[in-house]
Amino acid sequence: MTTFERHSLTPWLLLAPQLVVVAIFFFWPAAESLRQAFYVQDAFGLGERFVGLANFQHVLASPGYWHAFGVTALFSLLVAAGAMGLALLLAVLADRVLHGARLYRVLLTWPYAVAPAVAGLLWLFMFDPVLGVLTHALAAIGVHWDAQLDPGQALALVVIASIWQQMSYNFVFFLAGLQMIPASLLEAAAIDGAGPFRRFFGITLPLLSPTAFFLLVMNSVYVLFETFATIDSTTLGGPGGATRTLVYKLYEDGFVGRDLGGSSAQSVLLMILVGVLTFIQFRYLERRVAY
Amino acid sequence: MRYRRPGLDGLTHLLLIIGAVIFGLPLWLALTASTHSAGDLQSGIAPLWFGDQGLANYWQLLSQPMPGLGVSALRLLGNSLVMALGIALGKIAISLLAAYAIVFFRFPCRTLCFWLIFVTLMLPVEVRIVPTYGVVARFGLIDTYAGMILPLIASATATFLLRQCFLSLPSELFEAARLDGAGPLRFLKDFVLPLSRTNLAALFVIMFIYGWNQYLWPLLAANSPDHATAVISLKNLVQSTDTLPPWQLATAMTVLTVLPPVVVIVAMQRFFVRGLTDAEK
Repeated sequence: MTTFERHSLTPWLLLAPQLVVVAIFFFWPAAESLRQAFYVQDAFGLGERFVGLANFQHVLASPGYWHAFGVTALFSLLVAAGAMGLALLLAVLADRVLHGARLYRVLLTWPYAVAPAVAGLLWLFMFDPVLGVLTHALAAIGVHWDAQLDPGQALALVVIASIWQQMSYNFVFFLAGLQMIPASLLEAAAIDGAGPFRRFFGITLPLLSPTAFFLLVMNSVYVLFETFATIDSTTLGGPGGATRTLVYKLYEDGFVGRDLGGSSAQSVLLMILVGVLTFIQFRYLERRVAY
Repeated sequence: MRYRRPGLDGLTHLLLIIGAVIFGLPLWLALTASTHSAGDLQSGIAPLWFGDQGLANYWQLLSQPMPGLGVSALRLLGNSLVMALGIALGKIAISLLAAYAIVFFRFPCRTLCFWLIFVTLMLPVEVRIVPTYGVVARFGLIDTYAGMILPLIASATATFLLRQCFLSLPSELFEAARLDGAGPLRFLKDFVLPLSRTNLAALFVIMFIYGWNQYLWPLLAANSPDHATAVISLKNLVQSTDTLPPWQLATAMTVLTVLPPVVVIVAMQRFFVRGLTDAEK
């Protein structure tokens, strides 16, 4: 692309707003996070002391952190499996139909527009101990539901709400991926006598695997960050930390517990985790471009 | 097509309809519950059909201060709208200029600038939440619209996307514009903007929904009810009371909160799908 060569000040004027906003609201806080991770503040927030890696040692040695790590990992796994499985099934079906395809797409993608906090509340209402539709349905088959007391049920509540929401995102990508598969490939297989299931497992699924891998990373990122709202509007991390994810713990330690050093160390650890996820994703993107 | 089977088509439609119904059920139940009185709701299972208290419930929300918060739903929805539009338009505006500079100009440190902006893709505001609060407080921006909007604009998704879009414009276009004697601003206004209309619309849909649905940052940055958003108010409504939540109001507020982004996504479905798939490429 050729460029405007004789303007030397104009590009800086154009860039200035973005650079200023990014410097003040991104790099400054990120640097501050990094710095505070190596300091301990006294109880009144007046003085601070350099402690090297002590904050990290403290965080990594605490069972609470690893518990939150485990909850986050399990949460990610369940949401990825549930939301991707459902989305793939529905996308394959929606890709098949000739009539009403647009209507189905609208009906299956609108939950993307629902805030994670609201998704949590919608399902909290369905599982309400007094008037919840699902609570009564479960009682009818002999299951007593109380997400406020039962750790497994609390996790199930936020997992279901997250799957419900994340399904629509996955659906959009799976449907786009399906529509990119050349029809001639499927037709050739059909002429060779392969039935619909054989075609799905032999052609469609392998060709969708890059999309699936990408979605796996995106679903993990979703669970890491967006589910904070789902949790805070329903279970508040409880009962007994059953739904306390890494970001929820970071928020509790930083804002409720006022432990600046500890929460900064957790921030840095999260940055590393996100960095690794981003790196994996870029490696995969490069490979996808290559073939 | 030869390989279609009519029997399977019927089953396909059936499964899709079941899927759509299950996905619609949570919102449907909220909609029906919001038309019943508190007494109705406490006496049994959440109703599957509408009651006759709908107008009363919605009118109470929109005209009277919300219990436990002290401002009306109208104010909350207004705050959400300001925040969502501020984030969507602000992000698009600064990203448009930055991407334009990076693609159409040569200047020292161009690559460095691009990478400085690019790095922000990696860290959502949740990760740097505590120090961001400190910075915003230092500027005295806590509890202002600017404080709610600015930290969420500081990311590169839009810049990155528009850069891709500008790079795909044919370079003959640029040469033709130069021959006509168009300067940088004329070129932006008369050539680049009209040609990237679709991408801008797609970006707007994604960013509007992102802004409207924000939770953690407005929870911290708007600590008085005057700046609270609709999404934040819901938690207040359900969790503040010791007794049963006022579900008839909570569900009505849920419907009001969900409506604007859902309308945007349905009305601009084409742009939404495009924006979503573009944003991740």
